[in-house]
Amino acid sequence: MPDERRAAGADAAPPQGPPLDRRQFVQFALAACGTATPVLVALTRLPAARAQEATAAAGAYDPTEHLYGMGIDISRCIGCGRCVAACKAENDVPLDAHHFNTWVERYTITADGGVTVESPNGGMDGFPEPEADGTLRRTFFVPKLCNHCANAPCVQVCPVGATFTSPDGVVLVDEQYCIGCRYCIQACPYGVRWFHPTKRVAAKCTLCYHRLVKGKVPACVEVCPTGARIFGEVEHGATPLSRFLRFNDVQVLKPHLNTRPKVYYASLDGEVR
Amino acid sequence: MQGYIYPNEFELQWGLLIVLYPYVTGLVAGAFILASLERVFNVKEVQPTYRLALLTALAFLLVAPLPLLGHLGHPERSYEIFLTPNRQSAMAMFGFVYAWYLAVVLLLEVWFEWRKDMVLWARQSTGVRRWIYTALTLGATDLSERALRFDDKAGRWITIIGIPSAFLLHGYVGFIFGSVKANPWWSSVLMPVVFLFSAIVSGIALVLILYMVTSLIRARPIDMRCLDKLATFLFYAIIVDVSLEALDFIHRLYESEESIEILAQMVESRLFISLIVLQLVLGTLVPLLLLGFFSPALRTTGRSRGSEELRRLVYLLGALLVEVGIFSIRWNVVVGGQLFSKSLRGLTVYKVELLGQEGLAMAAALLALPFFILWGLVTLLPPWPEAAPSESAAAPPAAPGAPAAPAVR
Amino acid sequence: MRIPDQVPRLAIVFVVAVLALVAARSLLVPATFGDFGHYRAAAIDSIAHREVRFAGRQECEECHDDIGAERVSGNHRGLTCEVCHGPAESHVEDPFNVLPEPADQQRRLCPLCHQYNPSRPTGFPQIDPVAHNPLKPCVSCHDPHAPVPPQVPEECSACHGSIARQKSLSHHANLPCTTCHTVPQQHKVTPRAVRASKPAERTFCAQCHDAVKPRIEDAPQIDLQSHYPRDLCWQCHYPHFPET
Repeated sequence: MPDERRAAGADAAPPQGPPLDRRQFVQFALAACGTATPVLVALTRLPAARAQEATAAAGAYDPTEHLYGMGIDISRCIGCGRCVAACKAENDVPLDAHHFNTWVERYTITADGGVTVESPNGGMDGFPEPEADGTLRRTFFVPKLCNHCANAPCVQVCPVGATFTSPDGVVLVDEQYCIGCRYCIQACPYGVRWFHPTKRVAAKCTLCYHRLVKGKVPACVEVCPTGARIFGEVEHGATPLSRFLRFNDVQVLKPHLNTRPKVYYASLDGEVR
Repeated sequence: MQGYIYPNEFELQWGLLIVLYPYVTGLVAGAFILASLERVFNVKEVQPTYRLALLTALAFLLVAPLPLLGHLGHPERSYEIFLTPNRQSAMAMFGFVYAWYLAVVLLLEVWFEWRKDMVLWARQSTGVRRWIYTALTLGATDLSERALRFDDKAGRWITIIGIPSAFLLHGYVGFIFGSVKANPWWSSVLMPVVFLFSAIVSGIALVLILYMVTSLIRARPIDMRCLDKLATFLFYAIIVDVSLEALDFIHRLYESEESIEILAQMVESRLFISLIVLQLVLGTLVPLLLLGFFSPALRTTGRSRGSEELRRLVYLLGALLVEVGIFSIRWNVVVGGQLFSKSLRGLTVYKVELLGQEGLAMAAALLALPFFILWGLVTLLPPWPEAAPSESAAAPPAAPGAPAAPAVR
Repeated sequence: MRIPDQVPRLAIVFVVAVLALVAARSLLVPATFGDFGHYRAAAIDSIAHREVRFAGRQECEECHDDIGAERVSGNHRGLTCEVCHGPAESHVEDPFNVLPEPADQQRRLCPLCHQYNPSRPTGFPQIDPVAHNPLKPCVSCHDPHAPVPPQVPEECSACHGSIARQKSLSHHANLPCTTCHTVPQQHKVTPRAVRASKPAERTFCAQCHDAVKPRIEDAPQIDLQSHYPRDLCWQCHYPHFPET
C-alpha cells in the first residue's frame, strides 16, 4: 500500500535545508549526551542528598530499635467492643458502620457444622445473643485489625509509595501523598483498609503509632478489659508479646498468602477467615 | 447484603470508571493490532481501514487517562506516578507504558503516516490551517523519494514495536488484576491474556462499526472484501477469546478451591444478567453464530453467505453485540471481584449512581468523548482516500536553483 | 550517508520532553522521599505527632493513686480507667479545667461486658440484666473500682451461664452442679487459681447409668463392662447436655 501512494518520482524535488551528514549527527548526539549526563545526574541526586533532620528531630524515640506486633487471645475476648469504640475515638475514624480500623466478629457454629459470622456495627455496641442456643457447638469472638504484615501486599501495590512499612514494622499511610487510587484496599486480603470519605485517601489501623512513639500502647490494647489484646516487640526485649508467643500455640490469618502477618492469634478456630 | 462481609467491604472501591478504563485501553490496543495486520502482516483486504484504525486508537488513547483521573481521590497528585513510581507496583507502570505508547508508538506512527499529506495540505491551505499543518510537520518538509521511503520504513518498524507495546498497554491492566492474590476472582495467570484477547475482539469490532458508519456518513460504497475480512478476523478473535475464558472457567470448576462456593453464588445471583445474558449469550454466542454463518470465516471457498446488504446488517449487529459483551467482561471482572467478601462468606451490592463522580452520566460522557475527538482528528487528518491532497502540489514553491518539474502520478 | 531530516527534528522534540520530565522530577519529588525506603520519611513525623486521646492508666494513677491502690488487687485490675471514664488525655494536660466525662451511673455501661452471652468465654461473670435487680444502678451494690458481689454467688450460673442454660434444657436439669463437681469455697474468690474438680473415672457416671447396679430407674442404662470399655464417658457424651 505505501508504495502505491508514494510519488513514483525520481524527479521529486531535492530536500529542504542543508544535508546532515551521519558523522555530524553522531557527533552532535554524543556532545548532547555528554553535556546532558552530568546535568541529569546532578538533578536526580538532589532529593536524596537532603539531610534527614526532620525525622531525627522527633526526639529520643528511635524507630530502628523496635519491631512491633500484637497478640490476640481468643479465649479471653468477651466481645464488649470497647476496643472498637476506643480506636474510633483515638483516631478520628468516621462513626458510621462501614469504616473500621479494628472490629470484632462473632462466630457461631451449630451442631450441624453450620457457621454464622456477624459483626453488627463492627461489634462496637456489643452483640446480641446468638440464635439457636440449644444446638450451639462453639461460639466465640474474634477481634480483627491490620496485621502489619512483614510482606505486606498493600505496600507492594501502591503506585506512588504512599503506603509503607516504617522501620519499626508498622504499615502506615502518608495522607499527604496518597492519590486515592485504592489499589491497596483491593490488595489487602484481610479487609482492614478503607477509603476516608472526606480526606479521600486510604486509611487503616496505624497501631496508634502516635502513642507508640510516646511509650504508650495502642488504644485498643489499653482499654481491653480482659487482656485479650497483647502488645509488644516481635523480636527483642521482654514484653507481654514475648510471653504470649512463648506460651501459646499461635496462628496467623491466611498464612497461605505469605503476607507474614505480625498479629498472632491464640486459640484461633479453623473457621475464622 | 447477605452472609457476612468484612465491615469495610460494604462500599465498592472500584466502580464504573474503573470498568471503563480497561474497556477504552482495550479498544486502543485492539484497533492498533488490527492496523498492524495490514502494515506488518500485509493483509491487503483491510487496507481501507488502516488509517481510520490509527486515528481511532489515538482518539481513545487520549481519553484513556480520564476515567482514572476522575476516580482518584486526589487527581491533582496524579503526577506522583511519574515522580516516584513504586517499581513493585503494576499500576505504577501506567505512566510509562501510557507515555511510551502515546508518544513513541501512536503519535510517531500517525506522524510518519500523514507527514507527506500534512506537508501537501500545508502548501495547499491558507491561514490558521496552513499554520497548524506546518507546525505538525515539525518543519520536515522533504518529500523526496528517500524521505518518503524512510517514512514508510519508520512506520513499519514502529508498527512492529507497537504490537508488543499494545500487548503491554493492555496486558498490564490484566496484570493489575491478575496479580492480586487477595482476590480469588481476579488472581489468575490467564488474566492478562484474557484481557488482551478480549481487547483485540473489541478493537476489531469497533473499527468494523466505525468503517461502516463513516462510509454511510461520507456516502461512499463499503468495500465488501474489506468488511468480510474484518468479520472473519473478528470471528477468529472471538474463538480465541472464548477458548481462553472457557479454560479459566473449567480450571476453576475442576480445582474447586475454597472460593468456588461464594463465587458460584455471586455469578448466579449478582452477575446473572451481566455474565450469563450479556457476556456469554448476547456478547459471545450470538455474534459467533452470526459471524460463523454469514462471514467467509468457516468456508473453504472464502465466500460469504447472504446478500451484501444482509451481511452488512449482520456484521453491524454482531459487532455491536460484541462491544456490549466485552464491556460486560470488564464489568464482571472489576465489579464482580468486589461483590463478594474476602471472608468468602457473603455478598454485597453495587449501587451505580446516575449523576456524581462515578455515575452513569459521567461514564456515558467519557465514552462519547473519543468519538468527538475522532471527529476532530478526521477533520484535521482525513484518512479517506478522497481527501488525499492533490499531488500537483508536491513541488515546493519556487526555490532558488531548484528544478521546476513537479511530480505527477 | 545522509540522515533524513525527520530524525533530528523528532529527536529534538523527544530530548526536550525528557529533560522537562527530569527537571520536573528534581523540583517536585518531596525532600525526604527515599530516606528510609520508597516513601516520604516526613510522613512518619506527621503521623507520630497526631493528637493522643487516651492517657493510659499510668497517667491516671500518678494523681489518683488512692483509687489505683484500691484497684490493684480487685477484679477490675485489668480494666483501664478510661473505659468507663472516657478518654482523658485532655484532662491530664489540664487537670483542673478539663474534667473527664462522668462514668455512667445507670445500667448502660456494665452490661456491655457483663450481660449474659454464650459467645463469651465460660467462667466470665455474667448476669441477665432483665432479671438481676432490674432498674437498680449496678454501682449501688458493686464498687466499680474493686467489684465483688455483695454475697458470694450460690449458683454456679453466675459465671457459668452458658453451661447452666444448656443443662437446664437437658435431663440433667435437676442435678445440682455439685453432683459431679466438688467446688472449694476459694474457687468463688480466685476462680482461675483454685478450680472445681471433675470426675476422673467411668465408675462415676455408672453410679446412675450402670445396668448392673442402677440408682435411677429412668436413667438410660449401659453395661459398664462392654460399652466402650476403653473410653471415658464424657469423651463422647456431653454431660451438661447429654441429648446432643
